Amino acid sequence: MIRLSRINKYYQVGGHPLHVLKDLDLEVRTGEMVAIMGSSGSGKSTLLNILGILDAYDDGEYWLGDTLVKGLSERQAAAYRNRFLGFVFQSFHLLPFKNAVENVALPLYYQGINRRKRNAMAMDYLERVGLKDWAEHLPSEMSGGQKQRVAIARALVGQPRLILADEPTGALDSVTSHEIMDLLKDVNGQGITVVIVTHETDVAAECSRTVRLVDGQFEGVA
Amino acid sequence: MIDRFLEMTSVMWRNRVRTALTSLSVAWGIFMLVLLLGFGKGLQNNVEYEFRDDATNSVWIYPGKTTKPFDGYPVGRRLGFTNRDHDAIAVGIEGVEHITSRFYPGGDLVRWGERDGSFEVRATHPDHKYLENTIIVGGRFLNDRDIDEKRKVAVVGREVVKQLFRGADPLGEWITVRGVLFRVVGVFEDTGGDDEEAMIYLPITTAQSAFAGGESVRQIMFTVGDASVEQTDAMTEEARLMLARRHHFSPEDTRAVRVRNNVERFAQVKQIFALLGGFVWIVGLGTVMAGIVGVSNIMLVSVKERTREIGIRKALGATPGSIVGMILTEALLLTGVSGYAGLVVGVASLEAINRFVPENDYIRSPDVDLGVAVAALGLLTVAGAIAGLVPAIRAASVDPIVALRDE
Ligand SMILES: Nc1ncnc2c1ncn2[C@@H]1O[C@H](COP(=O)(O)OP(=O)(O)OP(=O)(O)O)[C@@H](O)[C@H]1O
Ligand SMILES: [Mg+2]
Repeated sequence: MIRLSRINKYYQVGGHPLHVLKDLDLEVRTGEMVAIMGSSGSGKSTLLNILGILDAYDDGEYWLGDTLVKGLSERQAAAYRNRFLGFVFQSFHLLPFKNAVENVALPLYYQGINRRKRNAMAMDYLERVGLKDWAEHLPSEMSGGQKQRVAIARALVGQPRLILADEPTGALDSVTSHEIMDLLKDVNGQGITVVIVTHETDVAAECSRTVRLVDGQFEGVA
Repeated sequence: MIDRFLEMTSVMWRNRVRTALTSLSVAWGIFMLVLLLGFGKGLQNNVEYEFRDDATNSVWIYPGKTTKPFDGYPVGRRLGFTNRDHDAIAVGIEGVEHITSRFYPGGDLVRWGERDGSFEVRATHPDHKYLENTIIVGGRFLNDRDIDEKRKVAVVGREVVKQLFRGADPLGEWITVRGVLFRVVGVFEDTGGDDEEAMIYLPITTAQSAFAGGESVRQIMFTVGDASVEQTDAMTEEARLMLARRHHFSPEDTRAVRVRNNVERFAQVKQIFALLGGFVWIVGLGTVMAGIVGVSNIMLVSVKERTREIGIRKALGATPGSIVGMILTEALLLTGVSGYAGLVVGVASLEAINRFVPENDYIRSPDVDLGVAVAALGLLTVAGAIAGLVPAIRAASVDPIVALRDE
């Protein structure tokens, strides 16, 4: 599903290049559930952004499925994000003025699916995350765990092949974290590849594999 | 499309106070533009109305009083024109198109059988109809044979038909002017309105001999075809110098004959209105521009506030094109709807002014023609697009990583 070879990433900080990712090699097979751990500033989010085609890398190769992700136009990148990828963020990133079902339906809007069909599909996914009765509620009326479920439903609705989650449980208590991890494992159980960035060893323990980033390099593959 | 529209209106509804204020500024701009254009048109209508009576390509010459001694003649001598002056100008001045003289028989009591009424009586040449925009609606106007044979015929205006004949067919009837009988041979209307239609025309030669006018002529008028202002000025000067020779006044004595050059007057007025029209557009466009800048600014603020939203949309697969489209249509809708409202209110106000403000000497039926309204709408569309452009590009260039960072 994912193949990284010799990925390097620099940021310009105050006129000097900051080497954030150093010659990274990584392979994630379809159906895997991989945790990325590492201390703050080690480059986890940067790596995830590259995987999500939100950020560009400076050299190396990133293969997503059969596609070499390099020098894509913004349009192509948008299409890949829309069709292949689903994002889950630490702070949910729901649109505050849209209710649950509208939030879930948003990726389908960018697939050009009409409103009625979109909302039907979104309801379907809300039901899968157990929030059917909350469809009309605004994010501000929901708990953190509920919001993250809505976000997961939104990530799934476009039927992606890969879910990328950046500290999905970072803002939740341990009980709720557990529920969210169960949900993600469920998703993974249906054959969707999942990559999770996390600080928590409990969370990593639920994944099939953990990789550790230290200062932009992997510290041995576990 | 409907989808996109709903998506957009929800955004605007969320910021309704801001949306309303911006709309107001655009609506105000267009409203002012329409009002200004309408008033400009009203002023222009008024001038055209003032000029409607007479041919605008005409020159009128009246005899005056000398103000300089010349050739042994004293100052203050009153001049008089005759048929020979008329003929001299008709033959001797290059470019004269139609020419007529006027003689006033005096006394305005006109009788028809038992009835009488008071009407202005003018004795003229046949060409007079070109100078006064006289339109024959029955019978005929004066002709050359009337002049040559000094026939006792008359042409009457519609007001005369109404007042003296009480609507009866006047053609062939005999009317009495200062004791002399004239047969009515034609009925006319005049673009100058009722006053100009309460009028009776007689052949000048007939009137001169019937009313002891001799050869005397009170004014000479001619049209110049489509001669330019400069050509007309030259012709006028030539005619003046000719009259100076014939009547022995100093060529420098500009008061000896009075000249009314309508070509020049009309050209001046037209120029003033061209300037005024340009000025109106500049002021109006300025107001609209202020509206556009307002919309653009508000949209920029809105884009800034919505950075996170735009980042989320991009992460979920929104293309830059769709983001540009979103902001641009928002701007278009904002300017379009509010501008259209301004247009409608503006046109309605002009209508109201038309209806409730009494007729006056400055402005006559202010309105905007369809072309102007369409131009204003076109302008709005362009304005909306321009207003949305910078914010849209700004929005499309939002970096989702930055927008979604948790801080
Ligand atoms: N846009 C940027 N410009 C400059 N430097 C950046 C930028 N984004 C990240 N960095 C730097 O790159 C390094 C890696 O950052 P990254 O966000 O990937 O770390 P992280 O592992 O996700 O940390 P955390 O656990 O705190 O989220 C850090 O030193 C950070 O300061
Ligand atoms: Mg991070």
